[in-house]
Amino acid sequence: MTDHAVIASTEARTLRSYAYDPKFRGIFYQVLTLLIVLVVGWWIFDNTTENLARSGTASGYGFLRGRAGFDIGQSLIAYTSDSTYGRAIVVGFLNTMLVAILGIFTATVVGFIIGLGRLSRNWLIAKLCTLYVEIFRNIPVLLIIFFWYKGVLDSLPQVRDSIALPFNIFLNNRGLAFPNPIWGEGAWLIPVAFLVGVVATIVVARWARQRQAATGKQFHTIWTGTGLIIGLPILAFLIMGAPLTFDSPIAGRFNMTGGARILPEFVALYVALSLYTASFIAEVIRAGIRGVAKGQSEAAFALGLQPSHTTRLVVVPQAMRIIIPPLTSQYLNLTKNSSLGVAIGFPELFSTTSTTLNQTGQAVEAISIMLTVYLAISIATSIFMNWFNAKMALVER
Amino acid sequence: MKKTLLSAAIGAAVLGFASAASAATLDNVKAKGFVQCGVNTGLAGFAAPDSAGNWTGFDVDYCKAVAAAVFGDASKVKYTPTTAQSRFTALQSGEVDLLARNTTWTISRDTSLGLNFRYVNYYDGQGFMIPKSLNVKSALELSGAAVCVQSGTTTELNLADYFKSNNLQYNPVVFEKLEEVNAAYQAGRCDVYTTDQSGLYSLRLSLSNPDDHIILPEIISKEPLGPAVRQGDDQWFDIVTWAGYAMVQAEDFGITQKNLEEMKNSTNPDIRRFLGVEKDTKIGTDLGLTNEWAYNIIKNVGNYGEVFERNIGANTPLKIQRGLNALWSKGGLQYAPPVR
Repeated sequence: MTDHAVIASTEARTLRSYAYDPKFRGIFYQVLTLLIVLVVGWWIFDNTTENLARSGTASGYGFLRGRAGFDIGQSLIAYTSDSTYGRAIVVGFLNTMLVAILGIFTATVVGFIIGLGRLSRNWLIAKLCTLYVEIFRNIPVLLIIFFWYKGVLDSLPQVRDSIALPFNIFLNNRGLAFPNPIWGEGAWLIPVAFLVGVVATIVVARWARQRQAATGKQFHTIWTGTGLIIGLPILAFLIMGAPLTFDSPIAGRFNMTGGARILPEFVALYVALSLYTASFIAEVIRAGIRGVAKGQSEAAFALGLQPSHTTRLVVVPQAMRIIIPPLTSQYLNLTKNSSLGVAIGFPELFSTTSTTLNQTGQAVEAISIMLTVYLAISIATSIFMNWFNAKMALVER
Repeated sequence: MKKTLLSAAIGAAVLGFASAASAATLDNVKAKGFVQCGVNTGLAGFAAPDSAGNWTGFDVDYCKAVAAAVFGDASKVKYTPTTAQSRFTALQSGEVDLLARNTTWTISRDTSLGLNFRYVNYYDGQGFMIPKSLNVKSALELSGAAVCVQSGTTTELNLADYFKSNNLQYNPVVFEKLEEVNAAYQAGRCDVYTTDQSGLYSLRLSLSNPDDHIILPEIISKEPLGPAVRQGDDQWFDIVTWAGYAMVQAEDFGITQKNLEEMKNSTNPDIRRFLGVEKDTKIGTDLGLTNEWAYNIIKNVGNYGEVFERNIGANTPLKIQRGLNALWSKGGLQYAPPVR
């Protein structure tokens, strides 16, 4: 073959065979997709800015520093109408997080109980749990929220006929008012004692495990730990001379004044989201446990393990690997569903941000803030759960 | 055009902004054959659908007046019920052509929201409603009360300012939808209901026992309510504004739906010009309408006084007095610039 012929064949390849080259084709389509996404994105951005400019609407995020001027019913941080719009959004964010964290915790506990209940050999328990799952899973969550809200509002008495519970706790349709603890001097020792208790329990637990591994003797860490974690703070409390007073709620002209209160909006949202999500979590748990091969528990029984040990040491650790990924999506759902709180007037992120939107008229900015925050919450949850999943995953040797 | 289509499709979906906001609104309205009017979701006397689904009310009649001016036919309106939260976005995005939804004219809405207000069809002020059983005589006694209010309104802001400046405490109970505020007030979730006084009169009617509730005498704010349009379309802004002034001017002239035909033969040149019977007049064509635009408004809807009395006046369940909304010549604030 002459040099000339080689060149000719290379040229022929460049012209024709690129279309058949899977590597080149792969790159080509990826670049094309990226280009389309970029162009569409730019187009949207350009049109939006152009339309905004034409409609004479203000733009930019400067409004966040402006005085909000509206009040918020429940806030975890200091907030008045003199605070900024930015702070109002933070108040909403914290309320969202409060509902999400408490809701996730409760939904997991309830879901676990119901999920295990459905697997129970007791006919009644199994059927009741099935009923629970079928009811809550098949009703829209907004309806459940309304049910709890209207249910709470209509079944509780008016503020002047409050139900007086022990310890100066009052229940009425404005919520639950209870004494607010006010810690006096020397109260700092109590959390310190609590921390000491926790650390001591960890040390004891580690020692007990090592001893059991070495000698086979068991040690009841639970009782020692409980004594340390609860006993030490009580001891500290007594040593410092009980530095605690209560600010009790008193019936005022319109409302209970003083004390702390839990709003019915919060309770309705929290209970509804927890119970709704629990029905899904129950199914996830049940699927996870069913997913562990029967041979595993049979093998454990054959080795002489008790049923409780079989569940705790053999079945659950394996089931967790199946449970965690779908559990993550349930946690994300609960967090996102908390935005439905706006329907019953709970001041969560969506609510305070849309009030801000309406007072400033800056729809694009306000919505972009909400998108970003919900996205950030969800991604953070995902990252945590992925880390947890990796920790629980099968370590193959 | 491509750009417009794409942004209409994607922008409307993703960001709630379509670029329909740009072109001449009058041409759009004429092309589609009706006026798209943003109204309240349901405020008796102002804008509410009846059992047959027909919208009636003081604000609804404003929409009809604009349709009558453009088409000579008051039925050529489609209504978009808007919440306090959604109303401005609906207008900015071009979903509605005008907003006749007891909306307060404020400087920030006029500027940073990109809206235009000029005519005030109802001079209002914010008040408080409270159950009689609480024995409250003045708003200054309200310290410690739970107050129901609709979110995203000037009401919400005035409330905060009023309680702050008078050193009063309160617990806000805030909902987005009017129906939810009503339900919460009725359920006793709050002691006090605050909104524009006209709104309170209307809402009191919807309570199960209206006589058990009183409206406190204090008016804590100025609430000039009027129609709003988007900035950047002066022609449409003029039409919407002058539709209102025409109704006021008609009352001023003493032109009613009944005597309209006789008035056409009037010798008063002002009235002849107003009704478009003057020779070679350009009174309507300069607006982009026909010269009978004012005639059509009165024929279809009536003058300001008729609209007021029909929907919210003394003979309606709302029993609202003209008060500030009487004609300027009768001690009120309703005043129309000359139609010439």
